Amino acid sequence: MALGPSDVEKIAHLARLAIDPTDVETYARNLSDILAFVDQLESVDTRDVTPMAHPLDMTQRLREDVVTETDRREHFQAIAPAVDKGLYLVPRVIE
Amino acid sequence: MIEKSVRELSADLHARRVSSEELTRHFLSRIARHDGRLNSFITVCEEQALAAAREADIRLAEGRAGPLTGIPYAHKDIFCTEGIRTSCASRMLDNFIAPYDATVTEKLRQAGAVMLGKTNMDEFAMGSSNETSYYGPVRNPWDTERVPGGSSGGSAAAVAARLTPLATGTDTGGSIRQPAALTGITGIKPTYGRVSRWGMIAFASSLDQGGAMARSAEDAAYLLAAMAGFDPRDSTCADRPVDDYVAHLEDDLGGLRIGLPKEYFTGDLDARVGACIEAAVKVLEGLGVVFRDIHLPHAHLAVPAYYVVAPAECSSNLSRYDGVRFGYRCENPRDLEDLYKRTRGEGFGAEVKRRIMIGTYALSAGYYDAYYLKAQQVRRLIAADFRNAFEEVDLILGPTTPAPAFRLGEKVDDPVTMYLSDVYTIAVNLAGLPGLSAPCGFIDGLPVGMQLIGNYFEEARLLNVAHRYQQETDWHRRRPPGFD
Repeated sequence: MALGPSDVEKIAHLARLAIDPTDVETYARNLSDILAFVDQLESVDTRDVTPMAHPLDMTQRLREDVVTETDRREHFQAIAPAVDKGLYLVPRVIE
Repeated sequence: MIEKSVRELSADLHARRVSSEELTRHFLSRIARHDGRLNSFITVCEEQALAAAREADIRLAEGRAGPLTGIPYAHKDIFCTEGIRTSCASRMLDNFIAPYDATVTEKLRQAGAVMLGKTNMDEFAMGSSNETSYYGPVRNPWDTERVPGGSSGGSAAAVAARLTPLATGTDTGGSIRQPAALTGITGIKPTYGRVSRWGMIAFASSLDQGGAMARSAEDAAYLLAAMAGFDPRDSTCADRPVDDYVAHLEDDLGGLRIGLPKEYFTGDLDARVGACIEAAVKVLEGLGVVFRDIHLPHAHLAVPAYYVVAPAECSSNLSRYDGVRFGYRCENPRDLEDLYKRTRGEGFGAEVKRRIMIGTYALSAGYYDAYYLKAQQVRRLIAADFRNAFEEVDLILGPTTPAPAFRLGEKVDDPVTMYLSDVYTIAVNLAGLPGLSAPCGFIDGLPVGMQLIGNYFEEARLLNVAHRYQQETDWHRRRPPGFD
């Protein structure tokens, strides 16, 4: 499936990626090449094949419902771009 | 000192013939002298390394030391290290100092290994040439105009150039084995779940696996032994005992059945690489191994299936980089959406963006069945090929890569051609199996690697076969010229 510039812009929006307008053509070409390559998958019949989401047949382990983490908020927020009074700051959302 | 094995270095340390501090200073000075030509390290932590070395010397003096105590290693910059930057070779994490240690980091510290620094890699481990790093490409010590492979290219180049005896790596589609092959070292990607992924920055969570890179299988066995094991903090980590890799190194190979997949020896393979593999077959036959041809009928679909599954998981995993809690944030965002978009647009490089977009597309409404579900079904067929093969043989042998190291810049503008350099390694990740690459020859001065693939949790067997092979050959002892 070939993607055009408008497809790239739409996908970039879904992925919340700012793409330089001068790069859109190149991305369209690269992504189309990759999808064309991936289209080989259609050559094999997969009816009744169970999708494999994970390499090992395992079930999620359960643990005791007890607190194991200590409060390290200050430690974690020390590497945040902007915090105030223990809160992460982002641009105003509600006017 | 630089040609000694881990076992020999450990014996010297235990006998107090050398101190860990001396050993560490020696490798730090080699990094200072040679790494300008390679760019294999993003961060060298001299101060912390020397402190760890002195601590190791105390342990050695007090008789509390193990086989890795006091041995220097280089850590791929994808493993979190508390207090030392973990960049994942991305602008996004250029300022990221993890507030905790990865399980692997912690285990290696407990073993007394001395971390020299953090190695360069493809950005977020997405690449096969180490050219997608924000910190510039790594160069191959065998020819600095060529790539070392990727994504663990820094670890591979550093081991090959004897800047460190050991290095960690991670492998999502070949990122340990392919650079190991292109730089003439030994690298093992264990079974999915054998090494904890906790604190290892995620790319594609159903494929990512940490492993060991070293000059020899014996050295890799020591490192992997210290890395492997159950970790309750990683919900996909295997809760089963770790085999004694070192104890099995000398096991006899008589009667071992190894399969040669017909699909790996076609026109896509450089005939000179094929000849190196054939020569390796002869050596192993001399050790009693019995070879037979096998089939992996869906092998050609591994790379296409991977380039749906891995980008899909990547687009989900990398959604966490939003400029809010840690990492890069764009200047003066107009609003929240602008903050997200410009942070991600500026923080990620082109290959990471390509993969996020492919994954976003493959998972989007209307395309999910055609791409993601289809790829997961093909993944099942690929895993079934291996399961069938392992009913006939104990191991599989083939090339690690179709050709030796390519030139810098040769494939950067053509993603699909780049992806095909992992054509023999990717299926192993889709199935979750262990794989090892070991040097088996040279073409025009460039190393060639062979790949051994084992059944689930057969790491000891892979290391055993590679070790016995290395006792008969000296490819793994060759040192790149100019790194004396």
